[in-house]
Order: sequence, then structure tokens, then C-alpha cells
Amino acid sequence: MKGKSLISINDLTKEDFLRIIDLAEKYQNNSKEYENKLIGKIVALLFFEPSTRTRLSFETAVLKMGGKVIGFDDPSSSSVQKGESLKDTILTISQYCDLIIIRHPLEGSARWASEVTTIPVINAGDGSNQHPTQCLLDLYSIKKTQNTLENLSIMLVGDLKYSRTVHSLIMALAHFNPTFYLISPNELKLPFEYKMFLKERSIRYYESSNVNDFIDLVDIMYVTRVQRERFSDPVEYEKVKNSYVIKSDLLVNTKNNLRILHPLPRVNEISEDVDFTDKAYYFQQALNGVYVRMALISLIFDLV
Amino acid sequence: MEQKKELVVSAIKDGTVIDHIPAKVLFKVLSILELENIDSPITIGNNLRSEKLGKKGIIKIAGKFPDKNVLNKIALFAPLAKINIIKNYEVVEKKIVELPDVIEGIVKCINPKCITNHENMKTFFYVIDKNNVALKCKYCEKITTQENLKIIG
Repeated sequence: MKGKSLISINDLTKEDFLRIIDLAEKYQNNSKEYENKLIGKIVALLFFEPSTRTRLSFETAVLKMGGKVIGFDDPSSSSVQKGESLKDTILTISQYCDLIIIRHPLEGSARWASEVTTIPVINAGDGSNQHPTQCLLDLYSIKKTQNTLENLSIMLVGDLKYSRTVHSLIMALAHFNPTFYLISPNELKLPFEYKMFLKERSIRYYESSNVNDFIDLVDIMYVTRVQRERFSDPVEYEKVKNSYVIKSDLLVNTKNNLRILHPLPRVNEISEDVDFTDKAYYFQQALNGVYVRMALISLIFDLV
Repeated sequence: MEQKKELVVSAIKDGTVIDHIPAKVLFKVLSILELENIDSPITIGNNLRSEKLGKKGIIKIAGKFPDKNVLNKIALFAPLAKINIIKNYEVVEKKIVELPDVIEGIVKCINPKCITNHENMKTFFYVIDKNNVALKCKYCEKITTQENLKIIG
């Protein structure tokens, strides 16, 4: 991965996933492994739309390794406001830094940025297209909670039609012989193209609109929000909205190793009483994001 | 009778004849071929009677043999088009068109939020289905199909 950009989860091989996850684990277990690795390096964080959580996670990752950050998180204060093209912005900022981390509302912007500059680019979210480091931290969290990525039963709950994180997770986990339980309202089922992908790879999947159906079988429950604006018929939303709220009494007969993940921010899809059970893992998941980003940056700079 | 039919679009001595273009896509095919820079005679016919297509278009380019990659792009709109290479009034080679693996430029990405629709840059697609024409944008990763295919410009 030396000197390479990370734009899409589809750019990574199974070996890449494992290398990043192993290194993240090594870093999380021993700060000596990463301290001062980025001394003398400047990383530009270019956030053309706000995303506080992602920006702080990347910034923390760079600072923990001794690097420095420059950048912006409000494009109205940058030259974009004056009508500068993305290409010109990237070419200019490339003169100042060793790595660009970009978040942009337009889809494909990160790929374009990586083509106009010679320095590596990490995609921190391009519209509804890709957010590969979110997927990496999801994988790392699954590995940490289950001690393996192979042969797991994964329940995906909520909005499976539009959720970028769900789609990326399916693509990434496909390398590890998973069984998927796809739980969503009818209007928000997993799109046909992803089901075709699963069929082509002979990956088992089961669909239902009821969370209770498979909950006793799964190792991971990955929850996303069911949003009102996704429904063409508001009555349909009212009918189903409470069926996708995870409450602690739902977890009574689940496997001991079950862990609940969520890309955050949570609104009401996991009730707060779940937070105090040992099945809740979503806040640790956020911390894992820092280590996985550190590992990725190290591999790009070939500092391992 | 046969002679008269042939002369609807005049014969060429040497060059390329692109035949069996559905009449309704002839002008789209012309825009792909970038013929404006060719200075040898070009004859274009449209709405000619065709047993297979009902109405067809035909393009005859004298003295030129366009690049295979350019000709293959015709398959975006006219997958059944036939290419005849003419030398000394004889057809010396017949070719069918086949979509290339990638399409650079020409086609607009269907996704209004795709960066290619906002920056001054070339579009780029991977052809993921050659028979039904499905193009995956290298940038936004969305799929443009034949029904919503638009030519740039």
C-alpha cells in the first residue's frame, strides 16, 4: 500500500484488510509501536462538508503518531467559495503536505483528487459513494469482538437500501465466508445488485422484516437508522418505525459473544438501556477508528 | 433496380462504410465518430429502407479507415452496426462492432452528484455489460445504462 491512495473499499484485497487490522491491533496494544512515527510529516484534512466525528478521528490518529495537521472543515472560509475547482485546490495544497485526507459532498471527488496529485489521498467520505475507513473500523471492531473475521453470522438491521456503510461492509466481509441476516422494512431492502453479488460468491443470506427472527443465531448485529424521509408513504414509516429499535429485553436469548455495532451517530434506533449491557460495542467502535486510521496512514507512508 | 438502390448513397472507391445503424441513433453515432476533423468526402444517409431495421442510417467515409477503438464506440448505440472496409470499390473486410472494456469521454454520467458533472474533466466508465450496455463510472461508481445514456456536448 506504500504511496497508494485509499479511495474505495473495492480497491483493497483480503490481504490488505488483514494487514491493516493486524497493525491496528498492534498499535492499540502498545503505544511504543507508533509513537513519533509521523514526525516531520504534514497531513492535510480537507473537509468540504462538516463531519466532526471523522475529522477528529483522523486528526487524533495523526497527532498520536507525532505528525502535524493543516486544513479546513468549513469550505465557506476557503477558496472553494470563490469558485476554485477541486483540481486547483488539491494541486495547491499538495505543495504543502505529505498526505491529503478529503471529505467532499460530490461522489467521485476523492478519486479525482487522487488523480490530479502525486501525493497519496485518503477518502473520508465522498457523498453517498464511499467511506472506506468507516468500513475498516467496522471490520476491525468485528475482529476484536469475535477474535476472527471468518465464518461469522452477521445481522444487518435497518436501512439496507441506502446505507453506504452496510453496502461496504457486505463487500468487505465477502472475503471471509460470512452468513448474512438482512433485516429491514420492505421499502428499505438490500438492493438487487448486492444480492446478485452475494449469489455469485455463493454467500448465504436470509431476509426478514422481523429482528426477532434470527437474533439468537448471530455474532454481530450491525444497526443503521430507519429514516422517515426514505419512505414514499409516511404511513408505512409510522407502522414500522418502532420495529427497528433495539431494546435490552430483545437481547435476552442472544449468544454470549453477540456484539452490537452502529456507525454512529445514533438517534433512537438503539435504546439507551442497551448501552449498559456488555453487548453494546458502538462507543469502543469509535475508538477503534483512531487505531485503524493510524495503521492505514503508517502503511501508506511505509513506516511499518 | 439493384443499381438504383445502391446509388441512394453514392459508392466510394476506398474507405469505410458503417451500415445498419438504426435511423433514430444515426446522429448520436455521428457525434461519437468526431468526423469534423476529416477533410475527405463523407456521405451520410438516413431513413433508408432496411429489411432488418425498418429504417436505417449509413455513413461512408472516403479514403479513411477510422481506428478500431473509435469504431467500437458505435456499439454504445448501434450494437448491430456493420463496418465494411472498401478498397477499389470492393468490400475487402467486414467487421462487427464490439464495445471496448472502457469508455473515455463521450458519455455523460447519469449521477448529478458525480464529480464529472461539476469539474472540467473527462468521464471514464468501465463497461460491465457489453450486451445490454451498462457502464460503471470510475469516479462515483454509479451505473449508467443504455436507456439513460447521454452524449456529452
